[in-house]
Formats: sequence, structure tokens, C-alpha cells
Amino acid sequence: MDSVRRAADLDLELTPQPVSPAPTSLANGRRGFVGRISTVGAETAAAGGLAAPELERRLLEMGFVEGARVEIIHEGFIGKDPICVRLDDMRVAVRRRDVRGIMVQAGEP
Amino acid sequence: MTAAKVVEPVAGAAPRTLRVALVGNPNSGKTAMFNALTGSRQKVANYAGVTVERKEGHLMGPDGRRISILDLPGTYSLRARSPDEVITRDVVLGRLISEPAPDVVVLVADATNLRLVLRLGLEMKAVGIPAVVALNMIDIAERQGLDIDVDRLSRELAMPIIGTVATRRRGMQDLVLLIEERAAASAGAAPSAWREPSAIELRALHREAERIHKACVKPPKRPDTFTGRLDDVLLHPVAGILVLLGVLFLMFQAVFAWAAPLMDLSNSGFEALSAWVGTLLPEGILKSLISDGIIAGVGSVVVFLPQIVILFLFIILLEDFGYMARAAFLLDKIMGGAGLHGRAFIPLLSSFACAIPGIMATRVIDNKHDRLTTILVAPLMTCSARIPVYTLIISAFIPRQQVMGFLNLQGLVFFGLYAAGLVSALTVAFVVRKIFWRSDAEPFLMELPAYKTPDPLNVLRNVLQRAQIFLQRAGTTILSMMILIWFLCAFPGAPSGATRPAIDYSFAGMIGHAIEPVLGPVGFNWQMSVALIPGMAAREVAVGALGTVYSISGDNTSLLGASLAHQWSLASALAFLAWYVFAPQCASTLAVVKRETNSWRWPIIMFLYMTALAYVAAFIVYRIAVAFGAG
Repeated sequence: MDSVRRAADLDLELTPQPVSPAPTSLANGRRGFVGRISTVGAETAAAGGLAAPELERRLLEMGFVEGARVEIIHEGFIGKDPICVRLDDMRVAVRRRDVRGIMVQAGEP
Repeated sequence: MTAAKVVEPVAGAAPRTLRVALVGNPNSGKTAMFNALTGSRQKVANYAGVTVERKEGHLMGPDGRRISILDLPGTYSLRARSPDEVITRDVVLGRLISEPAPDVVVLVADATNLRLVLRLGLEMKAVGIPAVVALNMIDIAERQGLDIDVDRLSRELAMPIIGTVATRRRGMQDLVLLIEERAAASAGAAPSAWREPSAIELRALHREAERIHKACVKPPKRPDTFTGRLDDVLLHPVAGILVLLGVLFLMFQAVFAWAAPLMDLSNSGFEALSAWVGTLLPEGILKSLISDGIIAGVGSVVVFLPQIVILFLFIILLEDFGYMARAAFLLDKIMGGAGLHGRAFIPLLSSFACAIPGIMATRVIDNKHDRLTTILVAPLMTCSARIPVYTLIISAFIPRQQVMGFLNLQGLVFFGLYAAGLVSALTVAFVVRKIFWRSDAEPFLMELPAYKTPDPLNVLRNVLQRAQIFLQRAGTTILSMMILIWFLCAFPGAPSGATRPAIDYSFAGMIGHAIEPVLGPVGFNWQMSVALIPGMAAREVAVGALGTVYSISGDNTSLLGASLAHQWSLASALAFLAWYVFAPQCASTLAVVKRETNSWRWPIIMFLYMTALAYVAAFIVYRIAVAFGAG
């Protein structure tokens, strides 16, 4: 993921005209956040949780793949977690900590 | 196919039974399709050695050939993530020894939500599984103006496709014909080896599915906006919570209050039956066996039915409507704090009425460990059977005085007992999660399906199925335990000229006396110890059992209370209350846990940990009370 972010930063420096912000993690999005998934990865949660490769595959199986359109349409009432994501034409509920590795190019695609 | 002949020997010229399995994503209407195909010709069992439910039904094909249909647990991928999905994968791939590979797999697809099922279809295609696709809920797709190129889709998946509306039984006959055709075409073909796809392969499969989706499905002309608009309310941080509380309150009321008259009716019905049989039979052991053992035992099974039926009516309605996933979303944070799944809320709430329907309701939780944790703590919630015990002791020992001017001390103690149950349930869940299943924190990853109107016939069938399962599986265990408890209390009978109550001479009395030294340190006398044995039948039976050991006839609880107030110290009474917060005294709960987990291991663990907690709690309460001079 690091390399992706660095590449995006580099891209910004080289081409200053159409400012395309660096991808941000879906986990940090607020309600109304829209964008396209640029990379799907997974970080192992600090306390317990699935191994990162397994979580990544589960996210993929649920339809969180590169290029998919995501929009946060609802947030939980405690700590704004979990979130409800419109994923292409499905609605999926996820916890923020499980989607930390999903990087999204923000903006209406 | 030779294996199939061993299982199903060909009798005469009759063709062998055609084996069909239904596979699909969750919420694709698979169970509705199973019901539409098989009607009432179903049976529910468990797969050998696991808790996964095996639902099989059958029908007769147009040419008189018997077709058996297996309803497999819903899945997004052959790469199984839960015991349920392991079953689906192993059956589809023909890996299960007890289950020959199906001749045809029906891939049930929600026509309005094809993306993920396409990938599942591609996985099946790659392995070469003979399959047909049922494009279900095609009516909703038509209403939305969804344009699906079925011919192209069929070519891409290499599977014949048919549009169906399972809830209205539309397309069922054509589906059966298609299944038979497919079976004839693929006879003898064996699926090739399957292995788990890597993340890279999954991406490739998804891209392929995406390509097919783009090529075959035009976006709907009139997309479903109802679900989105309803979600704006039902998932709203304030309105959504209020609606949820309303729904839960209604459900709680229904299980608690609406079931009560039916339960009373059942109780008095069986009492009358028992009394009537008593008049027909001569006094003696046979009369006791029939009226106190068998009839009372059957009555103690039937009495749970109203709550089970009402609770499952709610659960299945909410599930079919699509609300259950929303409730889990709203409650995930609260329940997650105690290490429980969002869906655990419903079983736990139901357990306030009775742990039996509560434990049965844990079926709404998919993950095995989440479910087991919920089952283990469900009996700690204060069930209605504890109320008679609490009422008896509180009214006899706690003075009816005001605290801080406006609080009633009796009410306060009552509330404290409820709170103790709730807090201990959440604490035990937390501890179980942290200590035993630490490494297994499942991600919360759940599709929120589009709202749908539940089909009344389907709901009714599923509710009755739950009732039937309870009667058949748990009921038989409960009945045999009741007869065992009756036996312990009735044998051997009192000798002639006995001065003490008959129960004191019985096995139950002997056990009670034997455990009295153990229970002495927590302030229990021998009468209390003896009362615990018949009290195994159900917690409220302890009240009647105390009446028996103190030789107080009839149901005169105020007389019993006065007698207890006379003979017990306050410390003993408080210890008894503390014991009943955790008491494992409920044979039916243990029986239902056995049925739901498919092993005696969990009921034994439950009995042991609850007994330990009860003992420790009673000990602490007794010692503190004695220290304060209440001994």
C-alpha cells in the first residue's frame, strides 16, 4: 500500500494541473464519502482479528475489488461505526477496522 | 456414480432417485424455492458431527421419477468460511462421505442482484459441476425494468437458465424439466479437482464476472428506491434506534405477555388431564408414573410452544423482510463490546422470557463461536421461571419498606437480581471471547438485502418447522429427563408410618442429603438441598419442591413464605437468591443446548460453569450477610 501511496504522491508532484488527491482509506470516510476503490489490502487488526490475507479475500468475495464504486451511506450511532457502504449496486455493512486496507480515490467517478 | 448405487439400490425398473442441491448467495430466496419445490415433504436433521442443519425434501418428476432436493446453506463462494459453508462446498464437490454428490446443482440467483452470484457460478463452471441457474425474483427484476440477456448469460456460464418466482411458485415445473434434462445430459461426468482460489485468482474471477455482468445486464430503468428511502429512516442514528427499540419492545411483549395465556391454558389443560387420568387409575406407582411422570412431562414440553412459535414468527418475518441485517448493523457496536455479534441481541432478549426459544433463536448467528458464546450466556438472562422463586423469597424476607423516600426495597432487590443476570451474561460472554476464542474475531461483513414483502405461506411453513423440530428433537430429551426426575423423586416410596415427607425417603432426598455438606458453607440446609433435585425440572418447580419438603400442601405460597421466614436465616435466603441468579436448574435448557450444538459437551460445560458461578455467588453473599449479622 505504501508503494501505491508514494506513487500517487509522485504523480501529484509531476503533474500539478488536474489535482487528483491521494487515495484515502475507506475506514476514514464520513457519511457521503464517494469514490472508486484503487487498492484492496488488509491490515491485521491489533487485537485478534483475521490474518490479513484471509480478510483481503473475504473483502474481495463481498465485492470490494479495485475499480468498484463505493459510497458511505450510513454510519452507526456510536463512534460512527460500523458503516453501511453502497458498493456498486449492493449495500454492505462493515466495521471501519476491517476496511482500513481499502484505499479509495475520492470524488464522484 | 457407483457410490450412488450402493446408497440407493435400484429396485426393479424404477429409475434411481435424482439428487438435486440448491446453492446460492444468502437472501436469494433459496429457502422459498426449496419450499416451493418440495411443499410439506421435508425433513430436517443435522449433518453428522456438526451443528449444520440438513434440510432435505422430495418431489415426483413428471415421469414419476423421485427427485430429492437438498437445501444447502447460503454462500458467496466455494471457499468456505464457516461450518455451514464448508458443508455447501463439500456437498457440491462430492467430498462428503455421508452425502453422495448431487446429480444437478441449482444455482439460485437473485435476478436483481447478480454480481456476486456470477462469480460463484464461474467457480462452479470451472470445476465442471452440472448446474442450472434459477433466475429468481424475476418478477421484481421485470418491475424494475431490468434487462437481462439470458441467452448470453447462459452461454457465458455454460448453464441453462430459467426465470422463477419461488414465492409464487412461478417457473417451478419448467425448472424441474430443466433439471431432468441437465441430469440426462451430464450422466457420468465427474467434477474436476477444486482448490482454494488465491486473492489474485479471486480478482481475476471477479473481473470476469464483472465483464459478463456488463455484457448481459442493463441497469434497471426503474431502480428500487424504496429500500434506500426506508434505510434513511431505519438506519438513522436516532430514528433507526427508536424503531429498533419499538420492534424489540413489541417482540419482548409478545413473547412475555401474549404467550402467557396460552401457556396457562396448556398448564391447566395438562393438570386437568393428569387429574382426570388420576381418577381412572387406582392409587399406586402406575398412576404416579402416568399422571406425574408422563403427562406432566409432556406438559412441560408443550408449555414452551407458544413462546417458540411467537418468537420465531417475529424472527422469520423480520428476516424475510430484510430487517434482521439492519438490526445487527445498529446493535453491532453495543454487542461487539461484550464480544458478541449484533444479531445476538434477539436471542438474549428472548431469554428474558425463556432461554429455550432464546437458544433456538441463536440460529440467526452464522459464526460458530459467536453462536456458542450466545448459547452459553443465554440462560444467565433472568428468565420468567425465576420470577416465582424470586417472588417467594423476596416477599418472605425483604421488608416492604421505602428506600430514599420513593424506592420500594422489594422492587429494588428484584431489579438488582435482573441486573445481576444481565451483567453476568455480558461478563461471561466477554471472558469467553477473550480467553477461549481470542484469535477468532470474525469481521462484520454483511450484505443488507433489499426489503421484500414476506410471503405468508413461507413464513407459516418455517415457523411450524421450528415448532416441529423443537417437539421432535428437544421434546424427547426433555420428556425423558422429566421422567428421570419423577423417578428420582418417587422412588423408593416412604415406608409405612413415615413421619417425614415422602420425598425425603426417595433418591432425590438421598442425593439432597448427600450434597448437603457441600452446600452447607453457602448456608443451605438439607431441605433446600433436596428441593434443588426436583427443581432440575424447571426453576419455578423449586417453589413447589420447597412446599413438598416443608409438608405444605397445595399451592399456598404465602404460607410457605411464612414458614421459610421462620426457618431460614436472612443470610440463607439471600444466598438462595444469589444461587438462582446463576442456577443451572433447568433440564429443558440443557436438552435444547444439546439439540442445538449436536453434542453433550456444551450442556455439560454450561451446567458446570453455571453451578460454579451459583456456588461462588451464594458463598460470597452468605458470608457477607453472616458477617453483617444476618446469619
